[in-house]
Amino acid sequence: MTPVLDVRGLAYAYPDGHQALFGVDLHVHRGERVALLGPNGAGKTTLVLHLNGILTAGAGTVSVSGLPVEKQHLQEIRRRVGIVFQDPDDQLFLGTVRQDVAFGPANLGLRGAELEERVHSALDQVGMTEYADRPPHHLSFGQRRRVAVATVLAMEPEVLVLDEPSSNLDPASRRELADILRSLDVTVLMVTHDLPYALELCPRSVVLSGGTIVADGGTRDVLTDRDLMAAHRLELPFGFDPRTVDSLPT
Amino acid sequence: MGAGHGHRLYFHGHSRVHRAAGHVKLLALVGFMLVVVSTPRAWYAVFGGYLLVLAVVIAWSRVPPTYLLKRLVIEVPFLLFALLMPFVATGPTVEVLGLELSRPGLLAAWGLVAKGTLGVLASLTFAATTEPDEILRGMQRLHLPDLLVQIMGLMIRYLDVVTAELRRMLTGMRSRGFDPRSPRHWPVLARGLGSLFIRSYERGERVHLAMLSRGYQGRLPDLSGARGHEHHHGRPAAIEEAAR
Repeated sequence: MTPVLDVRGLAYAYPDGHQALFGVDLHVHRGERVALLGPNGAGKTTLVLHLNGILTAGAGTVSVSGLPVEKQHLQEIRRRVGIVFQDPDDQLFLGTVRQDVAFGPANLGLRGAELEERVHSALDQVGMTEYADRPPHHLSFGQRRRVAVATVLAMEPEVLVLDEPSSNLDPASRRELADILRSLDVTVLMVTHDLPYALELCPRSVVLSGGTIVADGGTRDVLTDRDLMAAHRLELPFGFDPRTVDSLPT
Repeated sequence: MGAGHGHRLYFHGHSRVHRAAGHVKLLALVGFMLVVVSTPRAWYAVFGGYLLVLAVVIAWSRVPPTYLLKRLVIEVPFLLFALLMPFVATGPTVEVLGLELSRPGLLAAWGLVAKGTLGVLASLTFAATTEPDEILRGMQRLHLPDLLVQIMGLMIRYLDVVTAELRRMLTGMRSRGFDPRSPRHWPVLARGLGSLFIRSYERGERVHLAMLSRGYQGRLPDLSGARGHEHHHGRPAAIEEAAR
């Protein structure tokens, strides 16, 4: 089966010469939820920006469901890969929630009733339909994060890429977002420092450190590997022991 | 939907002036300003007429006059400048309360105050009765360059974000013993504003990235399907249509 995300030997150096990625290999299959873990500066964001062609690989290849990330396919690639950025204020820039959610599918050429239907269903999936006519900046942070997820869902992506989805959320909003993510029928790649969140949502974790993949396995196995964790500046929150968390909601 | 209004100058209402289409109001405003500006300063009575026209529109819009008058404060720096003119201008003079004032200076000051006040008042009335979104749509209907409308839209959207950032920055500075009023601290303030500029610039880049990620290709797409069901303030769509 063709993986949804197929990254092979990806290397990248920024124009200033700083090399961020040194040959990354990553495969994500349909329906998987994968956490991308790693310390600050590991190259996680750089990797994410390659997935939809914002950055172009210095060496190696990226393909999405078999379609290589190349200039002539960018529009289709960006439909297939939906990135939810960390700060919802960067993602929501129009006058109302409805317009913001419509922006992506409208760029794909949808109009009229079809567009309206997409917007409605995306807002429905994140439980924000009643806020459709509000200006985004009047919403709470948690609500804005959910709308940001909807702006990407409206494009019906094949893989949802989330950059630090739980950051700055209060515990209730954090849990609500987890419920929403679990309810979605979509492949998820989640960049996070929130290890309990990774354990809760993602059966599989990949650790990126120093620009290469240093571990790839079951989230519980990764989080309980003391040497691995210590070597890559990964630490569990005080009092959290993955071994004692047994049954995970699916 | 009480919280649904984008900017601080807007005064929520349902009057005819509120319901008039954005592009009509925008044209009326620009036309009014051009006429005011091109009226010779010495036609004193005509300015009274202009004020009367504005007063009628304001009364019609049911925006309380005090609401607008309070916001006229923005004009103060210009008034100060106007106040200086009779003292610094040259030409024949006239004596008022023992002060030698320049006649052309007085006339210029009057012109500045009258035209400025009418202009600001008209703009405030426009802003009080038109939501930002409707202003943008009006600009679009008038076929102003698309890029210009997009930039205006983003400006309106991010004004609050940037001012909130500035406020947090000042709070952070004050918490460390900084006093923005003391000239001794102005260099710090300047550096703060500099870094605010950089931050805003970087935010601009991130917004652009996020737009590209959703397939943006340089033009704001037609979002009309997403606007069709917009019922402002819960008014039925039929009334909305009738008002257009």
